[in-house]
Amino acid sequence: MIELYILLILMIIGAVLALEIKDLLSAVIITGAVGLCLSAAFLLLKAPDLAMTQLIAEIVLVIILVRATISSDSRVEQSKRNHGTFVCVLISLSLFLGASGYVIAKLPIFGKPLMRISRTYLSEALFQTTVSNAVAAITLDYRIFDTFVALVALFTGVIAIMALSGPKSNNSNKK
Amino acid sequence: MKNKPNQQIKSKTGIIDNDQAEQGMSIIVKTVTRLTVGVLFVYGINVALHGHIIPGGGFAGGAIIALSLLNLVLAFGKDAALEKLSQTWAIIFTTLGLLLFMVIGLFGSGNNSILESLFQDKGELLSLLMIGSIPLLNIAVCLQVGAGIFVIFIYLVSLKPEADKS
Repeated sequence: MIELYILLILMIIGAVLALEIKDLLSAVIITGAVGLCLSAAFLLLKAPDLAMTQLIAEIVLVIILVRATISSDSRVEQSKRNHGTFVCVLISLSLFLGASGYVIAKLPIFGKPLMRISRTYLSEALFQTTVSNAVAAITLDYRIFDTFVALVALFTGVIAIMALSGPKSNNSNKK
Repeated sequence: MKNKPNQQIKSKTGIIDNDQAEQGMSIIVKTVTRLTVGVLFVYGINVALHGHIIPGGGFAGGAIIALSLLNLVLAFGKDAALEKLSQTWAIIFTTLGLLLFMVIGLFGSGNNSILESLFQDKGELLSLLMIGSIPLLNIAVCLQVGAGIFVIFIYLVSLKPEADKS
């Protein structure tokens, strides 16, 4: 359990560094390190599927951000911060933490009423679907409609980016 | 037009320009990418096909396949990746994955239900193919996610900020 806390502290330090550092490329790479620590934390919590997906999605995100950072001219952050923004962020953050603490105190104990369904899935999935990976059995058999809606959401994202980036002939004329 | 990238390689800030980044990175990155891109592609297919046996699945496999193409874009430029998989075919693959998912779901709709698993009770434990609809659904998800991330990245690369032009 101590490794998990070490990873959590590393992630908090990395997130603060990524916000505060001036060089944008270094900030992108620190963001990737935070994602790597999160993937290791998922692996410690015995969720290898989630760790794999998190690792790959983090790499895709870092590649996109590196490409966006290299192609832009200003690699060093130039905007100055004033104290009013800092005070506003502090007030809203304390409000958020107070409200979430109030909500978390009212939540039921972790896994107490929900384990009735998931225990059935975990015990019956191998015999009902003959698939040895229980996560694949749940996401593609019991909860297949969620996966379908996730795919539709990704497809909608593709269509939205195609529509927002304008006509295709506009790019080829510039070259 | 051919002299233009050579003049812009070293600007006054020493930062790589947009035209030079389009052509690719240094020779070290190009050599390493040439060695690893095929391994990445085959590993993505492996993860997607074994999604019902080992951790992974269609989403992770498709994202690895998209990563190999994204590496090509980063190292060699946009045109080298579009030679492997053109923009039209990527959009066709994205749509085809989603349609395949829907068709497999419709075939399983027997008992007043939709998106039900088809030939559910014919599977063999730990076999690769004859195990029901989950490998087919994994292949569909892999097609959709891999081509979808590639299309998004290609469109984001071709965007040029208008503030730099003026």
